[in-house]
Amino acid sequence: MSEPSSQPLQPSLSSSIRKGGTRWGEATIKLWLRICTALSLFTTLAIVVLLAVESVEFFRNVSPLEFFLGTRWVPLLNPSSFGVLPLLWGTMLITVGAAVIAIPLGLASAIYLSEYASDRMRAWIKPALELLAGIPTVVYGYFALTFVTPMLRNVIPDLQVFNALSGAIVVGIMILPTIATLSDNALRAVPVSLRQAAYAVGATSYEVTTRIVVPAGLSGVMASFLLAISRAIGETMAVTLASGQTPNLSFSMLESIQTMTAYIVQVSMGDTPSGGIGYQTLFAVAMLLFLITLLINVISQWILGRFREVYD
Amino acid sequence: MPLSSESAQKQLAARHRKSRMFKHLCAAITWSSVFLLAMLLVRVTMDGLGWLDWQFINSFPSRIPERAGIKSALVGTLWMIVMVAVIAIPIGVSAALYLEEFSKKGRLATLIEVNVANLAGVPSIVYGILGLAIFVRFFALERSLISGALTMSLLILPVIIIASREAIKMVPMSIRYAALSLGATRWQTTWAHVLPSAFPGIMTGVILALSRAIGETAPLILIGAASFMAFLPTGPMDSFTALPIQIYSWVSRPQREFHELAAAGILVLLAVLLLMNATAIYIRNRTEKRLK
Repeated sequence: MSEPSSQPLQPSLSSSIRKGGTRWGEATIKLWLRICTALSLFTTLAIVVLLAVESVEFFRNVSPLEFFLGTRWVPLLNPSSFGVLPLLWGTMLITVGAAVIAIPLGLASAIYLSEYASDRMRAWIKPALELLAGIPTVVYGYFALTFVTPMLRNVIPDLQVFNALSGAIVVGIMILPTIATLSDNALRAVPVSLRQAAYAVGATSYEVTTRIVVPAGLSGVMASFLLAISRAIGETMAVTLASGQTPNLSFSMLESIQTMTAYIVQVSMGDTPSGGIGYQTLFAVAMLLFLITLLINVISQWILGRFREVYD
Repeated sequence: MPLSSESAQKQLAARHRKSRMFKHLCAAITWSSVFLLAMLLVRVTMDGLGWLDWQFINSFPSRIPERAGIKSALVGTLWMIVMVAVIAIPIGVSAALYLEEFSKKGRLATLIEVNVANLAGVPSIVYGILGLAIFVRFFALERSLISGALTMSLLILPVIIIASREAIKMVPMSIRYAALSLGATRWQTTWAHVLPSAFPGIMTGVILALSRAIGETAPLILIGAASFMAFLPTGPMDSFTALPIQIYSWVSRPQREFHELAAAGILVLLAVLLLMNATAIYIRNRTEKRLK
């Protein structure tokens, strides 16, 4: 294949073409491509408008004060109560638990992959981790319920059948590959010359890794943490199966809880009539979920853009 | 060596010891993650293999575990793969082509880029709610295959767009210049040269996106896929079930037999996923060789 000339004749393609007459076929195709592109904007718009409109309906019936500060979530029974804190708390327990497991283990795996593993090892481990990331979440739910919980109950006898702990563990396992592979990419982007300079003045590999490589790749590493955390927050099937359907403000990881996502599943499994308050809670909770994950994703992109060290 | 005192020697040894320990710790952690994957697969296989036979593949779900099977779920999943592919691939690839080959770089392009990245991070259950409100209720498509396929298509569109753009970016500029200099229009260049060159990369991304759609459970539960279906869908407007839904419904039953059925279902689901991933890897390897 011939090399492109080192100096392109024109800096951009668009300036190198002048319009002749209108080609209608070409114009139609271009319109189609435009519509397809616009679809992504429409999707976002649809999500935002839908969640906003239905949430406004919801807040006409329930005061925001009760929703955000109330401590009881009993939306479908009488007397009802719409405090979302127990659901938020459930999601937080799972997310923090998963992060405590996945962040150190994921980072250690990333360090091993990028700093220590031979190319042949990498060629085995990385696809295996990617495979782990590709396993459907319902399978992790099965794993939690039939394997992790029974095993934990041998050690902790008062563990409930549905509990936050095993949910957090499997979600941790689930997000570990995300952290490992993305952080590995970030660490490998750190130029070898930085490592060589540190080794040349007598640093050990531990010192090079912890004081040079990880700090240099920190923006990518942090972004991978945030992405994984946002996945844990949105995770649905594993926590629904493992952690139960009991909105609970307890500090104990041994009890059944309910996350925001698990609540949404619970409502949609039942026959909730369209338009009722039960149906509206779905959108209010989804709105909260959407905003939290969006915030985290935006922060992660901002970190990547703002703090990325560019090396040549 | 005049400088090296006993304490300096000791300190150096300690630093090296620490470094070695750190290396072994990282290695141990990595290998245990891989071991965990192996254990998960072994465990599921042990639980499910006994139930996996032709009768299981070819039977409808049943209250009696010995008679239960995944026929309707497997057929539903195959329908989903085909429909999502037909809907999502043309749209996603078209959007990627527009963004890479036609749009001018500017505010709007940046906005769309950020938007697609954010859409890829929206939890799948939110897409489920979107599908429920728009396809099931607003367009009155009911709890049908087409509602499910449209919802799943929206879910994987950002993934397809991002992967396709990466593949299109890899096509060398010289190919475009050559076509344009011979008088080809922008679209002729794109259709006859850019797209074929980027095709293997696009296919790899698309297959991985599709395999994500097959494993997704939450959006299908939201739009109301049935968990007990004793007939097969005959068209896009029929109600349906899918493998992950069937697995979920079996796992959530307390009896051990149903858990083992779920394990057997998981084996079938993983087999389908593995087949798709293997195809993607095969395409990737074949084109890598060709490019060399």
